[in-house]
Amino acid sequence: MIDPSVFQLICFYAFSAVTIGAALGVISLRNTVHAVLALVLTFFSTACIWLLAEAEFLAIALIVVYVGAVMVLFLFVVMMLDIKQEHIREGFIKYLPVGIIVALIMLGEMLAMIGVRAMHAQVMGANPATVAGMSNTEWLGTALYTQFLLPFEIAALILTVGVVAAVVLTLRQRTGVRHQAASQQVLVNPRDRIRVVKMAAEVPAAPQPAPGKESTP
Amino acid sequence: MPNINDILILLPELYLVVAACLLLLLDAFMKPEQRPMLHWLSVAVLLVAIYLVIAGQPPQAVTAFNGMFVRDGVAEVLKVFALLTTALVFIYAKPYLVDRKLFLGEFYTLTIFAVIGIMLLVSAGNLLTVYLGLELLTLSSYALVALNRDSRLSSEAAIKYFVLGALASGMLLYGMSMVYGATGTLSLANLHGAALHTGMPQLLIFGLIFMVVGIGFKLGAAPFHMWIPDVYQGSPTAVTIFIGSAPKLAAFGMAYRLLASGLGDLSQHWQLMLAVLAVLSLAIGNLVAIVQSNLKRLLAYSTISHMGYLLLGLVNAGPEGYAAALFYAISYALMSTAAFGVILALARAGFECEEIDDLKGLNQRSPWAAFLMMLVMFSLAGVPPLFGFFAKLLVLQAAIHAGMMWLAIVGAVFAIVGLYYYLRVVKVMYFDKPVEGTEIRLQSDASVRVVLSLNVLALLVLGFGWGPLFGWCQRVFVG
Repeated sequence: MIDPSVFQLICFYAFSAVTIGAALGVISLRNTVHAVLALVLTFFSTACIWLLAEAEFLAIALIVVYVGAVMVLFLFVVMMLDIKQEHIREGFIKYLPVGIIVALIMLGEMLAMIGVRAMHAQVMGANPATVAGMSNTEWLGTALYTQFLLPFEIAALILTVGVVAAVVLTLRQRTGVRHQAASQQVLVNPRDRIRVVKMAAEVPAAPQPAPGKESTP
Repeated sequence: MPNINDILILLPELYLVVAACLLLLLDAFMKPEQRPMLHWLSVAVLLVAIYLVIAGQPPQAVTAFNGMFVRDGVAEVLKVFALLTTALVFIYAKPYLVDRKLFLGEFYTLTIFAVIGIMLLVSAGNLLTVYLGLELLTLSSYALVALNRDSRLSSEAAIKYFVLGALASGMLLYGMSMVYGATGTLSLANLHGAALHTGMPQLLIFGLIFMVVGIGFKLGAAPFHMWIPDVYQGSPTAVTIFIGSAPKLAAFGMAYRLLASGLGDLSQHWQLMLAVLAVLSLAIGNLVAIVQSNLKRLLAYSTISHMGYLLLGLVNAGPEGYAAALFYAISYALMSTAAFGVILALARAGFECEEIDDLKGLNQRSPWAAFLMMLVMFSLAGVPPLFGFFAKLLVLQAAIHAGMMWLAIVGAVFAIVGLYYYLRVVKVMYFDKPVEGTEIRLQSDASVRVVLSLNVLALLVLGFGWGPLFGWCQRVFVG
């Protein structure tokens, strides 16, 4: 039976190697879909390293937010760039082998993580959450709103700047574009829309059928 | 837990955040023709912030939010001058922005957010605050550079700035993570004690090297200067003037916090690295500037050489050197604002006044503008009675007192080389014949003319009376 701490160390180096290899793949692969898949693998391996360090909340958040949402969006965007339908179908088969390889590596990493947990290996140093007798998430929340309040708020400011910058760089006010003005639509008065006109009935003149010609209404 | 005291210590920053958000809202509900009011309101916001910084200054250095934020004399001086130069930038930039249909409320909001980043950065007491303050500053700057969306040059400059800036931030962060790994602390105050007792000195030095690279990039010191000429030339001049002034104070503040407050114990290691950066910056900045024909590019290379002089002060690694470098950063921020201010004042719709040839015979057409530009050029070159001369003298003195005579000699030699290209601008203005068909005169906006004249004349006045300002710079490093 292998020593738990040795197995943990082996796992750490394996995850790190995969992370670095996949990260190199992201910037060197020519095929954009392959690059995005490599990025998925990078995030997943990083999450595994964080799990080894018992930072469960961060690891899960990374997988749920980045791998689950952001990367899938990236894949959609990258695949949508090739508009033609048949191209997409061709691509699906073409990308399958790389996808399977990435999935297999991820499966291997998951099994290794389960192995580490099953052996009850020691963590890499003192975990502040365990010391404080709290769960990982609870400790993170407490630290974020007390000790690290200022950096947390500055991060919020940075996001605000991101929103302002995105608007100022992309919003174009073109003239001549028709759009709905909801406020004006609500304010409209029914009387302005329909005008009831009273007038004497007109007696049509006696019909004079003209062959091949239609009377205009 | 943070309490009311922490909030009082952070009052100037919190006030600016609230003011920036209010300006953003006000802009959204304002008619375009009311925008000049927003302009003056932004200037007033910055002036009130200067008052809050000075009035609320505690006698001793205090920390807030678990040591994340330090309010001391160094931060006070840097904040006052960062806010002052930004207010000048707002005043100079307005006619230029109006002429180019860039007179947007977001220009003011983003610039104020960048200033908040500067204030947080120079007051940082923790590696996290250093990084986040820097990101707030640089992200706002990227957006400002790209403000003129329809200009290809501007977009190219923004992309270049963004990619290289992200790389530099990555380097800095990597260095910080290694320093954290070696010492186990992110707090700069604890780092000061922990740096000597680490079990992994190699890792610490490795981290230090990456941090110096990050600082070199943010200062724009050679060999990390590649972005400066393109960004200075590509961005609208109204943005160049901001990037060329207040962020230099922030870069000095960052270097001081990281190297002196944090890793001061390793000074014998970083002194030599900074000396190499200084020599390269002096050489590349001054030599490449000689062949420039674009005025903004010339000033960009001049920035690189000036950052070399600033590093000469930091190389000293003692209170004298820090005071000289702080003094140099202030003098450079004021001179750079004035230099770009003159360019902005001479530009008008459809005419950028970017080329040195545009200034031909300026003396015959606008003697006052030529006189102002001449004073700024002499001050940048370091001609005696002006402000720039004493700033150079003090950093050279600091280098000599650090036992680096050779470095001071290199600095003096390149000051003479630099004199050539500054004098060339003066020669073009005074002795060349004006090109037919290029009408050129100062902006008719009275506020620009008055404030610009005061700004330039301040360089002359401070040249004679630099004592009190330098005394202030010295005092903050003694206590």
